Order: sequence, then structure tokens, then C-alpha cells
Amino acid sequence: MTRYLILLLFPAIAWAQKDSLAPVSLNEVVIISQKSPLHKAAKTLGSVDDYLTGTGPVNMIRRGNYAWEPLINGMSSERGLITLDGMRIYGACTDKMDPVTSYVEITNLAKATVHSGQSGSAGGATIAGSIDLSRRKTGFSVKQSGGDAPGETSRGEASRGGMVFTGFETNNRQKIAGFSLFHSGEKLFADVDFTFRDAENYRAGGKREIEFSPFTKYNVSVISGWKIAEHRELEASLIYDRAVHVGYPALPMDVGRAEALMASAEYIRHHVSGSVDLWKTKLYHNAVTHIMDDSRRPDVPIRMDMPGRTRTTGFYSLLEGASPRHSWKMNLSGHTNYSLAEMTMFSNTPGEKEMFMLTWPGVSTQYLDLYREDTFHFTGKTAVALNLGLAAHHNRVGNLFGLESLRIFYPAMSQGKTRTLKRISSSVQHRNHPLTLNFGLAYGERAPGVSEGYGFYLFNSFDRFDYIGNPDLKNEKSAEVNAAASFKRNGFSVKLSGAYFHILDYIIGKPDLTLSTMTIGASGVKIYEQLPYAQIMSTDLEMSYRFTPQWSWRGRLSYQRGSGKGAGNLPLMQPLTYVSGLAFSTGKYAAELTLNGAAQQKYFSAGFGETPASAYRVIHLSGTAKFRLFQLKAGVENLLDAYYSTYTDWNRIPRMGRNVFFNVIRSF
Amino acid sequence: MKNITCMVLVCLLLAGCTPEEITADPLEGLRLAATLQNTTHKIGLYTPDGKFQTGYNPITLKVTDLNGGPVENVLLTWSPVMHMQNMSHGCPASALSLLENTIYRGYLVFQMASNTSEYWELTLKYTVNDREYSVTEKIPVVESARRVVQSFQGTDGNRYIAALTEPTSPKVGTNPMKALIYRMESMTKFTPVKGYTLKIDPRMPGMGNHSSPNNVDLTSGENDFYEGKLNLTMTGYWKINLRLEAPDGRILKGEAVSGNTEASSIFFETEF
Repeated sequence: MTRYLILLLFPAIAWAQKDSLAPVSLNEVVIISQKSPLHKAAKTLGSVDDYLTGTGPVNMIRRGNYAWEPLINGMSSERGLITLDGMRIYGACTDKMDPVTSYVEITNLAKATVHSGQSGSAGGATIAGSIDLSRRKTGFSVKQSGGDAPGETSRGEASRGGMVFTGFETNNRQKIAGFSLFHSGEKLFADVDFTFRDAENYRAGGKREIEFSPFTKYNVSVISGWKIAEHRELEASLIYDRAVHVGYPALPMDVGRAEALMASAEYIRHHVSGSVDLWKTKLYHNAVTHIMDDSRRPDVPIRMDMPGRTRTTGFYSLLEGASPRHSWKMNLSGHTNYSLAEMTMFSNTPGEKEMFMLTWPGVSTQYLDLYREDTFHFTGKTAVALNLGLAAHHNRVGNLFGLESLRIFYPAMSQGKTRTLKRISSSVQHRNHPLTLNFGLAYGERAPGVSEGYGFYLFNSFDRFDYIGNPDLKNEKSAEVNAAASFKRNGFSVKLSGAYFHILDYIIGKPDLTLSTMTIGASGVKIYEQLPYAQIMSTDLEMSYRFTPQWSWRGRLSYQRGSGKGAGNLPLMQPLTYVSGLAFSTGKYAAELTLNGAAQQKYFSAGFGETPASAYRVIHLSGTAKFRLFQLKAGVENLLDAYYSTYTDWNRIPRMGRNVFFNVIRSF
Repeated sequence: MKNITCMVLVCLLLAGCTPEEITADPLEGLRLAATLQNTTHKIGLYTPDGKFQTGYNPITLKVTDLNGGPVENVLLTWSPVMHMQNMSHGCPASALSLLENTIYRGYLVFQMASNTSEYWELTLKYTVNDREYSVTEKIPVVESARRVVQSFQGTDGNRYIAALTEPTSPKVGTNPMKALIYRMESMTKFTPVKGYTLKIDPRMPGMGNHSSPNNVDLTSGENDFYEGKLNLTMTGYWKINLRLEAPDGRILKGEAVSGNTEASSIFFETEF
């Protein structure tokens, strides 16, 4: 391995440790902004997925070239939590083809904050961790400095501006275009942006075309704030995202249309009292529609329509305060969601009626959550953080057709189920320059997701099993310990971090040999059951060194291991993976050479359909130049045109081969 | 606005009360399938869709005089006969029971449809005030859209007739399922059998022979009906594969679906 370490690195993704406002936190933050002139991201106009990949404990499951699913600490959607400025959004696809992150664009976002495990999970119950996406907004202009306006505040008089951008990628002929405009005044600000992407099939290494991998995406968003009075603001935000003709080469179906509308209104009050600095209350609603489509596939055993939709309405009310030795946060949040997915299959026998079923049987979820976070600074060097959360969770199968379907399996099942979910986390940080040490203990619970509790013949194309939900599942519980040590001196930094999760009543599908498959060609049927426990370990070593003001090097090694009692290895665990990058930058130019790779996957889950992912090495090269009128970013990804796939590639579909890209951004 | 709300409420209250005051009309929802007439009486035969079909036919009969006036104290029996080219035979038939004044109810299970050269003839014999009457007429029997009756010879040498009687309007979920099983004693005599088991295995041939779990085989219940539970996971065409098991455990007819056996030789069909 050491020879890989010698090559090295700049991570493909810019990331930064959160600044000193929350000194105990181990959060990773990805800055997603097209404004910074020498943006550190390898590809400024990359997708949100590109930005999230490799941020802290986040990796992305790839089923095609679009809508990747975040894995946090090796755990997929059900165990993680993604929020957009605190809003809960439910994907509408039973096959996880539309994670929340697929409904936003980089122009909508300022940053993504990744919390590993229970740390800082203000958004709700989770096991793996959470990602909070933050809206980008210009904010109010402020006359005197030292104000507390949020975001990238421009200071001074009212200003207007914006940027236009365009990009092209040769591999899949992706065209990117868009703009953003802002107005920032003392009493009013507004941001509007639009992004369009259109891509054809991509080609894996060796110019092998991957069929069914195109996509087209439109995204528009508006956010506006009005200062009602000193320290009182109203803010409203709207995002509309629509993707059409999205191919999923790793799956048997594509997507005709995936659409989301997310709206929110917020009241913000600063300096509420001597001890309360901030009070924010938000109301929100979002609607997601996801229409699967197999009309472009030439060979299917049976034609089918699979539309799904979710509606979520919620709120939160957050208080924050600080004194010199103590800062705290309290959040009351709640939401109600309705998820329904249908499947209609058209018989190959002429004259036979179509076959209809509900795969998500009209499930409503009501959730109410109270969260408290305290940070105590005992001395200048030691701080302790304590988080407590308590939530009530209620599921109800509201659709009678769906309820009767499930009662085939569970004749005595009741229509509703209520749970309480508790979480607690504590951490200690000790800083003694140049060393920082962190240690944390946490416990959290989660309710089964809609598919796990109530799914009806959901086909998983990885293990090729139909899955049936189980309404009798208990809460899954996780005990977690995490630790990190970092050292920083003279341009050199190293950080070693690790987390261990001991998960009780781990939810997993187990084959039931007595059941008959629904999906033609499926290998069998699995019912969600619970293992007594599972264990997951996630570790990370990061290093960087700035040799000279212009030259720097960065490296990273990551590894995860997971196993379940009686189930062997857990799927989707990261083999030893490395990133090594060498960067050069001056005020006007920047360039970076990155090596990404992984060792052969040794521990995989054959039961989940995994085969060991092979070792690979790919090299990326990119450069940025800043001209008077515009900024140019160009580069080559997979310079040597390697044909490879990683452990996150669904059904081991190969990744993109050599790809030359150009991003041009003009700000005004 | 308030007034309208009040009116709506009052209407709802009234609507909620009224049904109890009206006794249900036994012919409600039924349609006239045939009228048998002699010189003294008319007997109307009503079925749910106004026709006779192969399989189970619940039939409601109304006896009137030629002017449509009610005729009471009637004792009624029926005997259906299929006239084929070289032979004739009957079919399973229930006794007729008096539902209320002048209204009778029973069922017939037709094994086959009539056509131009082969036809069903129904004879009704009845007494009114100790006087005997009779009327015989042809009735048309059409083929059901899907197979709901099976006539077969068991390995015990007997001929059996099995007919699906429920569900008539299947739904996705667990459906109560009922069937009739008759043994053919002679060309005209059919007796319902007890103590047998009708094993069911619902399948969707269009979906790789997908089956549903937790079905309950049909066993003798009340009256002559066999009862069980049929689980349907989705709408569409289902083939309910059957096996008839004698009280001693022998399979008299039908094959288990497995491996290369995609269907049993006896089955019902349903589509919704």
C-alpha cells in the first residue's frame, strides 16, 4: 500500500473542517459555491453527488450517472438522514432511484454539513449520521461590520449581480448551462437561479458505451428575505426540480420523470433576549413525484408503470443561545408524510387485464421531535458536548387496498403503529496545540423505513430478491463510540478518526423459501427481519502538507468493515480506499493531479448479491485559470481511460472512462 | 352558508335513519333471466346479471298468476336437463327455499353451455293448494368468461363437479372463498359431498406463475358449501389450481404446481 501513499494527492472534493463556532463537532462541511474564484473543487460545475462523494464518512451508491444514493458510514438511506435547511423530504421511488440529494442543484446550495452518527442530529432520529444541505443566499447588505446577517453577506450598499455559467463534458456530451442573480438590500434580498443539464449515454473505459445512462435535469430556485424590523426577518424559499429520461443502467427500469417542489417560509429573530441569540421557525411543504419507465428497454419480461409520490409537510422551531462558557441549541420539529407507490403491469397475453398493486401501500408517517444540544467549555482547552433527542413516530397504512394487501402476510396487523425514539450523544474535545483529541459516545434509535415496514414486493436488482416489509419490526438501536486525533503544525496536518457502531435489532432482508416471487426472474423473496446485532467500523486517515505557498499535497485512506450476527459481512462496506493529490495554486492559476484508488474488496456480502469489487487506480487532472471576464476550469477525469467499478457501483456497472470537461463561469 | 350547512346536516341525519324503515326488496339488484309460463302461472327467474352461465347460478324465483298477481302456498321443485345429441343429463341443483311470500331461492350449477344442437331444459313442478302443476321450457346457458366449474373423474372412479361460488367480486387481499363439490351418482342425480378438501394454489401464469402465501384450503362448512381463504396480491388474471382430496387423504384429481408442472388439470379462473 505504501507505494500508493507516495503518490499523492489532493482530494477530488474540497472540504473543510467546520470553524470554531462548534469546537467539539467533528462535522465535515463541503462548500458548494460557484463564486469563489479559485474554487477548490476539481469540477466546479459538478453535480451535488460529485461534491458529496468522499466527504467525511459519505460515499455514494451509483446506479447510473445520476441520482446517487448517499451512504454514511457504510449505511444507506434508511439509516441516514438528509435534510435541506432542516426540511424533511421523502424520495418517491421504492428502488431508491431518487435520494433527496437528486432534487437539488449546486446553485441551490451553499454547503452540505455531514454529521457522523448521532453527533448534532438536530434533524431527527438516525443511526448512520446526517447530511444537512444549506441553501445558498446572498442575505441582506449590512452597513456596519460585525453584524450577524447569515450567509455570504455582502457589506455596504444595496447591490445586484449574478453569474452565468456553462459547461461541457466530452464523455457523455453533458451540456451544462445556467445562471444565478441576486439582489441584496438592507431590507430585502432575493436570489434566483436556474440550472440545466443534459447528458447522453456515457462511455466506460475502452469507449464501451453504457446504454440507458442519459439524463436531462432542470432546476430553478428562488429565495428571498425581508427584514421586517431590526433583528426580525421573514424568508421564503422555493425549489423546483425536474429530471426527465433518466437512465439507470444498473437497474431494469429507467425514469420518465422525477419531480420535486419544495417550499418553505421562515421567521427569524436575532437577539431575542440576553440568553437567546436566535429563534427560527419554519413551515414547509414538499411534493415529490417519481415515474419509472421501461419504454426504452427493448427486452423486458413484462411492461410496467411504477409511479410513486410523497407529500411532506412540516415545521421546526429552533432556539440558540450562548454565554462565554456554554452554548446551546433547542429544536422542536415535526412533519407528516404520505408515501404511495403503485405498480401496474401489462400482461403479454392479449385481452388480459392489467395487474395492479400498491408497492408502498399509502403509508403516512407523523413525526414529532424535541432536541437539545449543549456545549460546555470547561477550560480554554477542553469542551464537552451533550445532545439529547426524543421523538414520537407514528405510521399508519391509510390506504385500505394497501392494508388488505399487507394483511395477506400479516392477517392480524393493525393499521397504525406508534414508537418513541430516543437518542443521546456526548463528546469531549481536548485541544492542546498542535494536538486535538476527540472522544464520543452515543446511543440512537430509528424506526423502520416505509419499505422496511410496509413495502410490498419491492425488487432489489442487486440480490435479485423481492422484498416484503414487516410491520412488526422493533426499533433499530445503535450504540456508537467515536474518536479522533489530529495534529497540525507548520503546514503539516494529520487526522486519524474512527467510529464503531454496535447496532441492535439490525434490520435486514432474509430469504423466505416458502414464498413465491412476484418479479419475473427474481431469485426469491426476502422478508425484513432483525439480526440480534451488527457491527460496523469506519476509519479514516487524512494528511496534508503545504510544502511552499504554491504547492501542497493531500492524502486520505479510508476503510470500513461491517458484519451481522449470523449474516456474515454486511454489504456496501468500503475496502481500503485512497486519495492522493498534488496541488499547485497561485492567485490566478491552480492545478491539481489526483490519484484515486482502492484495494480489492475482501469482505463482501454474497447474500446481498455482491461480488468482490476489484482494485483500481484512476488519475484525474484539472486546472483553473482566472481571466478578467471569466473563470475557466478544465480537466481530464480518468486520464488513462481505466475500465473499473467500485464497491458502490450497483451491479458493478463500470464507471465513466476518460472525460474531458470545461466549466466557464462569468460573474458580474 | 350556515343555513346550507344545517340543511346538509339534517339531510344526512335523515338519510342515516331511513334505510332501517324500508325492508329490502329480495329482487333488488337482480335481473330477469327467463320467464316460464303455462296456462295458469308465470314463474320469473332472476339472476345477478340476467343470464344463466356455466358454473354456479344463484337464482331467485317469483311465482305469479298470469296477471302478475301473487300466488301463495306454493311447493316448488326443479329439474334441469341437458339434451345432448346422444344422451341427456342433469346438473347439481339445490332445493328451493321460500324466501318470503311468493319468492323462492336456490341455485343450479351448469357444467356446460347450450348451443344450437344441445340445450338445457328446465322443468318446474309445483303444487298450489294441493293441485299439481308443471312447466317446462328451454333456457339459454352461456359460457362464463372464465372457468368457474370443473367436471372430472376422480381416481376413485366417481365423477365430480366442483364450482366456484365466491368470491364473485374478488379484491386484492384476503378473500373468503367458497365452492360446491358434487358427486354424480347417475345422469340425473348429483349429491353434495362432505368431508373432502379442495386444495387451492392461486397462480398468475402471466407473472412467471407467481403465487400468493397463506391461502387456506377449502373444507366443508355450513350447508353444502366448502370454505377457505384466497389471497390475491394484485389485480389481473389468476388461475386457481385445484386438487380434490378425499376424506381418507387420497388425491382424487389434480396435480401440485411445482417444477415443470405449471398448472393442475383442474382449476378455476378469476380476473379483476
